[in-house]
Amino acid sequence: MSLGIAKSGLTLAAIAAICAALVAVTYHLTRDRIAANQQAMLEQSLAPALAGLEFEGPISESRLVIPPPHDLPGPGPAIVYRVFASGKPLAALIAVTAPNGYAGPIRILVGISYEGNVTGVRILEHRETPGLGDGIESTRSDWVYQFDGRSLGDPALAGWALKRDGGVFDQLSGASVTPRAVLQAIRETLLYFDAHREALFAAPASEDDK
Amino acid sequence: MNATAFGERLKAGLWQDNPGLVQMLGLCPLLAVTTTFVNGFGLGIATLLVLGGSNVLVSATRRWIRTEIRIPIYVLIIASLVTCIELIFKAWFPTLDHSLGIFIPLIVTNCAIVARAEIFASKNPVGQSLADGIGMGAGFTLLLATLGFVRELIGSGSILSRMDLLFGGDPMRGLVLVDGGWLLAILPPGAFFALAILVAAKSVLDNRQRQKARDAGRAPGAATSAQGPTIS
Repeated sequence: MSLGIAKSGLTLAAIAAICAALVAVTYHLTRDRIAANQQAMLEQSLAPALAGLEFEGPISESRLVIPPPHDLPGPGPAIVYRVFASGKPLAALIAVTAPNGYAGPIRILVGISYEGNVTGVRILEHRETPGLGDGIESTRSDWVYQFDGRSLGDPALAGWALKRDGGVFDQLSGASVTPRAVLQAIRETLLYFDAHREALFAAPASEDDK
Repeated sequence: MNATAFGERLKAGLWQDNPGLVQMLGLCPLLAVTTTFVNGFGLGIATLLVLGGSNVLVSATRRWIRTEIRIPIYVLIIASLVTCIELIFKAWFPTLDHSLGIFIPLIVTNCAIVARAEIFASKNPVGQSLADGIGMGAGFTLLLATLGFVRELIGSGSILSRMDLLFGGDPMRGLVLVDGGWLLAILPPGAFFALAILVAAKSVLDNRQRQKARDAGRAPGAATSAQGPTIS
């Protein structure tokens, strides 16, 4: 009896070791490609939030990680990319997390020009309902474009809400939790940028945490 | 194993014992991702690869595995294969992986895969098990792709949108017939309706086939498909 158990245990251990080896080999073979993909995807996803601004060099090199606690939306560290033109600060891209999406957190990239105008908003990651909440994606509807060119003064802070909540921004038909979460995150990001602008552009780039 | 036996397994997977249409297995991903053709097809291929791999591994190790520990071993094999497939998708089809999201890791829980390991691969030689995995995987892919195609057509009014997820390049909107469609079709209830219609259509076709065989005075041919679906 105990011999049987030992034998079963050994078989299980052997198969587990083989499976672990299989995964380890695949991981090793794909690791560099996946990292390169993520880097390419990052650059690709950053550019649209800059709406035609002329800038120099790869954006991802000016990466700044702000560890929590900070006043930006989302519990984890926030990431800021600074964009310069001839040495002068031009815009910042801030990746934040709206914690209160309908189906979990929504990762958002907010582009803000040095003067404080929104240069573009893109959704990086979400799990919202297909056909309803996923209208926040720029490939599925034009909803995110309504923030382009807006700033803290346009509209005034009280106007930074959905029309249904007394603000000036359109909702998405059939979804209110999702756009509300995104909108709130953009507003908080603008407030943070307004308060910390000079410090953000002056800080040295963060080391790669690989 | 010869070509006819392989053809038999393929036919069983694609039609008579189609894991989705007849066995009603793996409905969770089947219903969740089939909002577009490319999503359905992508998940179908991922499932096919896992199913083929797990059938081969289960069949190859079937002599050493005691029955009491077979289920944890199936889970181990399937989970590691799925992890590998996920890494491969992330490396070569990053945008498709992004679009399918959690449903690639969730292939682990697709009961069609455990079912084939238990029913077929644990009792048959490697070659036949591979053929069974490919047949069942192809049947599942065919169903996912068909459901995706139909739901996309009705729900979004487009055909083959976002094929760039598979082939790379700029986002493609596909052939847009009308802007926006009948939303219900891409919501979860639409998946159930579309699946029900496909199951009914298969029954109609099978019945017609049997009727024809009877009229011709021959023995009914499609006897295997007469058994009821097993729900899991």
